[in-house]
Amino acid sequence: MSLNKWINDRLPIDDFVDQHLRHYYAPKNLNFLYFFGSLAMLCLGIQILSGIWLLMYYEPTVETAFDSVEYLMRDIPFGWLLRYTHAAGASAFFVILYMHVYRALLYGSYRKPRELLWLLGLFLLILVMAESYTGYILPWGQMSYWAAKVIMNIFGSIPVIGPPLMHLIQGDYVISEATLQRFFAFHVVVFPMVLLGVVFIHLCALHTVGSNNPDGIEIKDNLDKDGIPVDGVPFHPYFTIKDIVAAVVFLIIFFAVIFYDPTFHGLILEKENFIPADPLVTPPEIKPTWYLAPYYAILRAVPDQLLGALAMLASLFIFAFMPWLDRAPVKSMRYKGTRSRVSLFLFVVSFLSLMVLGLLPATPTNTILARIATIVFFGFFLTLPYITVYDNHKTPPDRVRM
Amino acid sequence: MSSEDVDLKKRKFLSQATTAIGAVGVCGAAVPLISYLTPGREAQMSAKAVEVDIADMKEGEQRTVVWRGKPIWIVRRSVAQVDSLKKLDAQLSDPNSAIEQQPGYAQNAYRSIRPDILVLVGVCTHLGCAPTYRPEPQSIDETWPGGFFCSCHGSKFDMAGRVYKGVPAPTNLEVPPYHFLNEDTIVVGKDRA
Repeated sequence: MSLNKWINDRLPIDDFVDQHLRHYYAPKNLNFLYFFGSLAMLCLGIQILSGIWLLMYYEPTVETAFDSVEYLMRDIPFGWLLRYTHAAGASAFFVILYMHVYRALLYGSYRKPRELLWLLGLFLLILVMAESYTGYILPWGQMSYWAAKVIMNIFGSIPVIGPPLMHLIQGDYVISEATLQRFFAFHVVVFPMVLLGVVFIHLCALHTVGSNNPDGIEIKDNLDKDGIPVDGVPFHPYFTIKDIVAAVVFLIIFFAVIFYDPTFHGLILEKENFIPADPLVTPPEIKPTWYLAPYYAILRAVPDQLLGALAMLASLFIFAFMPWLDRAPVKSMRYKGTRSRVSLFLFVVSFLSLMVLGLLPATPTNTILARIATIVFFGFFLTLPYITVYDNHKTPPDRVRM
Repeated sequence: MSSEDVDLKKRKFLSQATTAIGAVGVCGAAVPLISYLTPGREAQMSAKAVEVDIADMKEGEQRTVVWRGKPIWIVRRSVAQVDSLKKLDAQLSDPNSAIEQQPGYAQNAYRSIRPDILVLVGVCTHLGCAPTYRPEPQSIDETWPGGFFCSCHGSKFDMAGRVYKGVPAPTNLEVPPYHFLNEDTIVVGKDRA
């Protein structure tokens, strides 16, 4: 054990493990919704690993991008597996992140003292969106090209600064080689690097304030004589074991999709993206990826181009105000009143409706439905200060319930 | 649960069983990741055998073709060059080609199937430079009978690619697998089927 001591005298590995695993106390009543944080990290790991492997054959030029992806899928051993893992990994990442956000909304995990944790999480969500968008263009298929073009034109619609901003991002007057190569740089270096850094800060913030729990009461308010939360259990081994079970279940579902339905009926990879990009022919239907569809539906629902773009941006950034919009005396939905519950239910329905509508063609009926859903979506946030004050909340217990 | 109730034996078994299954999973995941790094079909295609027409080669002429990205030399040796091989044994480190640097059918005095046609991988066995064909006698030193000279570190090889004593290269130049399709066509990269 002298080597162990030699290292620990110079690098406090044991102290770190003690502080953040063996003597980091998490509420004992955490349920399955608390799996999604560690699963998100697993997804990030899968994306980084499969991404590095894809990088070994991918060539980011207009001439070669599409062919190099097809080549590695057909002619490199298990290339198809790596490519499908990376593509399905993006979708899995968003399923998990959306569940993670839903958990926070349900149990009030954004409330004091976790406001900064929430804001860092929102920043991470937006970073993952940027990562998926820049990654989506790289295979240089029809959908890659035209989806990139549509999103670029959203930037271009901003008055005055729009067109120069669009040209700055694209590096050209159209989507071209320059765009592909800078998106490549952002996708494989800039965003992942920032992402890892912010994940670390997100975890630092989490370990400072501690996990919330389904009862929404602070376990740190109830300490035993040694200063340990009465309702807390050490993260290791209790939650490491629990998270491993979650990881195994997740991997079974994840690889079942990859092996049996890797494009998932066009939700993970559209048919059109197996056709090389053609700047002269637009595919009959341009669809966003499912995880960006709700915001795209909001964009289309607003009749004015500029207001639509602003509404789309607002639909993301409005989450930042959650900690201050919710004024309920309790955190968890378990003890919130009926109005709060109905409100969150309607919000979830509106989000899912927008997701479906964003993937459907904009028929007159769909547009009206999308407008209703958009109003409900923003209504959730705007009515929150009133609903949470004028509601029949219950009194939470002193100790967590199992 | 008090500590007396803990069945430590069962706990140890479960921990070890879980770790073992986890290790199996990691090994399984490593299979596609490592297979992915092995040569793909494009690399396999370039490893395919190449046919070379030698009908127009004159005596003493050397020609280079590419197989697996490596230079392959074909030399039509003159009678004088073939004769020079017999007198050199004392100066060579492996005159009888005992070290496996050639297929069985080239393990002879000429290191070739036909005495007049020499086929070699043109990569120095020292550090991988490409030696040059120097057939003119006395062009490297007074006793030079003609052969291959590696200018990187001065390794010398005779007209059969056999390495001289006292040079950095440890072994004879490699002979690739090859066969004659007919009198004038060599297939490099494949033994006779």
